[in-house]
Amino acid sequence: MLRFIAKRFVEAIPVLFIVATITFFLMKAAPGGPFDTEKATTPEIKAQLEAQYGLNKPVFQQYLDYMGQLLHGDLGPSFKYAGWSVAELLAGAFPVSLELGCYALAFALMLGLIAGIIASLRPNSLNDYIPMGLATLGICLPAFVTGPLLILVFAITLGWYNTSGWDFPSDRVLPSITLGLYYTAYIARLTRAGMLEILSQDFIRTARAKGATEWRVVWKHSLRGGLLSVVSFLGPAISGLVTGSLVVETIFQIPGLGRFFVMAGFNRDYTMVMGTVLFYAVLIIVLNLLVDIIQVWLNPKLRFD
Amino acid sequence: MPLLELSNLRTSFHTRHGIVRAVNDVSFTLEKGETLGIVGESGSGKSVTCYSLMGLIPQPPGRIEGGRVVFDGVDLLCCKPEQLRRIRGKRIAMIFQDPMTSLNPYIRIEDQLIEPLLIHERIEYTEAVKRGIAALEEVGLPDAAKRIRSYPHEFSGGMRQRVMIAMALITKPDLLIADEPTTAVDVTVQAQILELIKRAQRQLGMAVMLVSHDLGVVSGFCDRVQVMYAGRIVESAKTDSLFHQPQHPYNRALQNSIPALQPKGTALYTIPGMPPDLSRPLPGCAFAPRCEFAADKCSTGEIVLKEVAPDHRSACLRVQQAEIKV
Repeated sequence: MLRFIAKRFVEAIPVLFIVATITFFLMKAAPGGPFDTEKATTPEIKAQLEAQYGLNKPVFQQYLDYMGQLLHGDLGPSFKYAGWSVAELLAGAFPVSLELGCYALAFALMLGLIAGIIASLRPNSLNDYIPMGLATLGICLPAFVTGPLLILVFAITLGWYNTSGWDFPSDRVLPSITLGLYYTAYIARLTRAGMLEILSQDFIRTARAKGATEWRVVWKHSLRGGLLSVVSFLGPAISGLVTGSLVVETIFQIPGLGRFFVMAGFNRDYTMVMGTVLFYAVLIIVLNLLVDIIQVWLNPKLRFD
Repeated sequence: MPLLELSNLRTSFHTRHGIVRAVNDVSFTLEKGETLGIVGESGSGKSVTCYSLMGLIPQPPGRIEGGRVVFDGVDLLCCKPEQLRRIRGKRIAMIFQDPMTSLNPYIRIEDQLIEPLLIHERIEYTEAVKRGIAALEEVGLPDAAKRIRSYPHEFSGGMRQRVMIAMALITKPDLLIADEPTTAVDVTVQAQILELIKRAQRQLGMAVMLVSHDLGVVSGFCDRVQVMYAGRIVESAKTDSLFHQPQHPYNRALQNSIPALQPKGTALYTIPGMPPDLSRPLPGCAFAPRCEFAADKCSTGEIVLKEVAPDHRSACLRVQQAEIKV
């Protein structure tokens, strides 16, 4: 097992290298620069700024410099937020996004799994159509629709929660639901499909022939196999959830990571773009590894390969 | 009182192509300790009969349209689900056709094997494991104490079928339903599997219902045999009598099709035509279109199973009226 994990980490290095390289040159290929939108710049000041950040050097030299920095674990200073390093900015915003993401994930898993299992037990009945209809709605509705709707109903009309902010525990509820709804719907659909497949297998008939209760059939005999596809989905899902969403953060005024992903690009904040992309890449690699480990634990057939 | 009594069981499947009458008016009884064979070709309703009485028909699309299945005084078709659940796996156990897919690949053999004990008996886990190991040794699995910790994919097909048998027998059932237990295993393993079942039957005194399409397997194993065709029982008799004095043209044709029973060099006999489409209503005898003895009344008359010789029942109209000898 340890060897498997070590091997995956070694494999991750070239992946990260390629991600960094491609992102770097794509970013440089985009027109404009970080200081174009500064209002009071004269050409002299701009030239001096660029010299200070090394932007006057040839692109390839800049690339080598950046990669050198990166090898020392330094993501560099932000071009937009003077006096802040990219690492500091990410470290400040990530805990907020992580917290929100975890709540959203918990919400999505709980509701999605239950809805999917219920739907799979009586396929093509109301028990199936109602949750799956809602799930389709959940996949279709974007956060900028559900967010304001939730605010309208639960914050403004009912007055249960604040309309926005990130100060009190109750402020976590609406954003978590808004962020988690899409994943809830997706998990519900995956769960239903996976469970339906398992429930039609011969070994489920064997379990019933042994006199197992319906509860036992689902819980002991079906869930492991039925949830394999949900687990595969969780890797990308968690990386998406914990890195924040610009839309949800904007609607609810949350100081999370999501805005950096989008704004860094608009601002041509080069180091920030690199920082967010690499952060996301590392997260995906680690989570996918985790997912693979869970898969092996769930499915004994994989253990010997 | 017989151990099991089926009367007029009818099971159908409501599919997109119409209603498939998989089991049509099947009645029979099974005494304690008796061995009953059910033979017939694929789709003749053998397995569906077993699944119906075990309550294992997926509904929908399946539906039990009528009839009674009385096991030891309890009607399995209309008793409470809880009551049925307590009987199946405890007093009626079942072995399935394909050992490769009938064991759960995600769960250790141990947990699957002792599951019937944990479900039906008040028993400590460690005690159950002990009985599980004993059950595996009983079916001839070497190194049972260690191998019980394995997963199904680490076992061969024959070994998995042994595990299935051990699992079925672990609660000492009164009735074992074996649905083509030897179809999916190697020929060399077939005899061993049957021997295992036979031995367990002698030890436990249980009744066995053996479903098979292999006449050879059935003839050597069963006290009584019934032949099914198109969802109906067409002939039922003591094994000897069924094989030596067939009373239904279908049974005769089946036996003519066994290569080993014919002189070498003669052309292999096959029954002309195909089994009927069960989603269409079948007036008269379902076998009539393929039967060399068929007369006009065969395709219109009402078909019932009647005694035509001592303890030998046939559903052939012409045999019943002594018009032909098959």
